[in-house]
Amino acid sequence: MNHDMTPRRRFYNGCMRTLMYLSAVLVAALTLFLIAYVLIRGVPNLSWQLLTTKPSYLSGTIGILPDILNTVYIVILTLVIVLPVGVGAAVYLTEYAKNRRLAGLIEYAAETLSGIPSIIYGLVGMLVFCELFGMKTSLTAGALTLCIMNLPTVMRTTQESLKTVPQSLREGAFGLGAGKWRVIHTVVLPGSVDGIVSGCILSVGRILGESAALLFTAGFAHTLYGFFEGLQNPGATLTVALYVYAKEQGEFGVAFAIAAILMVLALVINFAAGLVGKRLKRREGR
Amino acid sequence: MTKQRQNNILETVIHGFFLILGLVAVASVLVITVYLIVSGLPAIRQIGLFKFLFGKTWEPTSADPKYGILPFILTSVYGTAGAVVLGVPVGFFAAVYLSKAASARVRSVMEQAVGLLAGIPSVVYGLVGMLILVPGIRKLFHVPDGASLLAAIIVLAIMILPSIVKVSMTALDAVPKEYEDGSLALGATQVETWFRVSVPAARSGIAASVVLGVGRAIGEAMAVMMVSGNVANMPSLFQSVRFLTTGVASEMSYAADGSLQRQALFSIALVLFLFIMLINATLNLLLKKGGKDA
Repeated sequence: MNHDMTPRRRFYNGCMRTLMYLSAVLVAALTLFLIAYVLIRGVPNLSWQLLTTKPSYLSGTIGILPDILNTVYIVILTLVIVLPVGVGAAVYLTEYAKNRRLAGLIEYAAETLSGIPSIIYGLVGMLVFCELFGMKTSLTAGALTLCIMNLPTVMRTTQESLKTVPQSLREGAFGLGAGKWRVIHTVVLPGSVDGIVSGCILSVGRILGESAALLFTAGFAHTLYGFFEGLQNPGATLTVALYVYAKEQGEFGVAFAIAAILMVLALVINFAAGLVGKRLKRREGR
Repeated sequence: MTKQRQNNILETVIHGFFLILGLVAVASVLVITVYLIVSGLPAIRQIGLFKFLFGKTWEPTSADPKYGILPFILTSVYGTAGAVVLGVPVGFFAAVYLSKAASARVRSVMEQAVGLLAGIPSVVYGLVGMLILVPGIRKLFHVPDGASLLAAIIVLAIMILPSIVKVSMTALDAVPKEYEDGSLALGATQVETWFRVSVPAARSGIAASVVLGVGRAIGEAMAVMMVSGNVANMPSLFQSVRFLTTGVASEMSYAADGSLQRQALFSIALVLFLFIMLINATLNLLLKKGGKDA
């Protein structure tokens, strides 16, 4: 077939094919380069002292333990709040909502939330949580802001997996005389665990990567605290610490060390999300 | 009988509880909108809408303070347009390749790569940009400072790639195989089929991916803050510039409580919010249209 093509056609085919290959190679190369560059520049800067101490003016050393802990605290608090709310909202949409317009409104609101840039979340979070609710700049205010940001993610993944629970299971349970709530918590929710887990993983990824929403809500202190004390005080997460060290203090070694940690975490989360996603897809296929 | 009644009450309570959880999202959107309008309007009223939107100088701390955000608006528009011009073709061709030409194995590896690209925190992009792009641009184009609109455009182009690849791929995957078989049977080559049949069939999904990328680019703050130099100049490719997002972020930490400067920052956020709402509406329209086509 190839030999009787006009030169113009052959040129078009060749061109498009080349552009396709080039673009795909470019995307792959970019990804590889980013991983390699960050790890090569970051890993040599990782040291036991960096990971296990706080910054000290006396000895002039920088440690990122407070930032690591702050990140863990914020992830925990955000998940504890956003999971029940997000899963509950998804349950309402798939199991309860009879009013189409109300369900449409909720879904539209969730879509809108997922399109709002994080800097706006940060600003409104500052106005509402820090000032109106009097939380000051604190990890709690930051976590609450992140809850609203991640609400659409948890809602969507849970909804997707609730839809894969076969209708016959629900009908069977109703037929045995179970009430709606009983059906939900014994049949529907256990069947959608993978969607909830996937929402969890995606949220953790977003929380770890978030910085703009946290600058004005959680602040950028590097003090060591326990969990409950930490929540009431301002603190930088890893991303915010990276920003401060790179942009304000010119400590690129520390910044790259944090970047390497974040990169490894991103790899792990991406892999985990892929695994869960595959499971979900397999179930949908069945 | 009483047990049944108790159950009924319990069910109603639980129903109400779930309804409240469902309404959290709606309430959040309302709160965000109301707060931005309420805190954004006073400064605009004081400065004057026209002066605010079309004023060319932003000097909130000078003796004769000026609050014109045209430089921010134009920088955001140009920056986003530049990112789209660079990022969309690459994302588009990569998506066609992955959806139609790639083997299953290449596809799954590349999907991981694109997922990772989406998962890298924006500050990491900013950091790499600061240390590679900024000095690179300075040396390559012999300009005094590489922190510029161009650096921001390149970073943004890379950051919108994953959205474009992923959403376009989903749209291309959904094209019915019959269309492609028909085209092949009529003697078109594979490449011609992909670009002249599959792509037009998936056009609203591909358009949606571009709009999504535009939303990402216009809303990005931290990465841009780290590479764009952050001076409120009118946009020019090799000059230090400030975006709508970074305009808000860079002065918020030191603007005095209750000052006009601080209020004007909220007004900038309101303008940004309106841009985003416009983009969201376009996106919804495109996605709905896509749903109808399929």
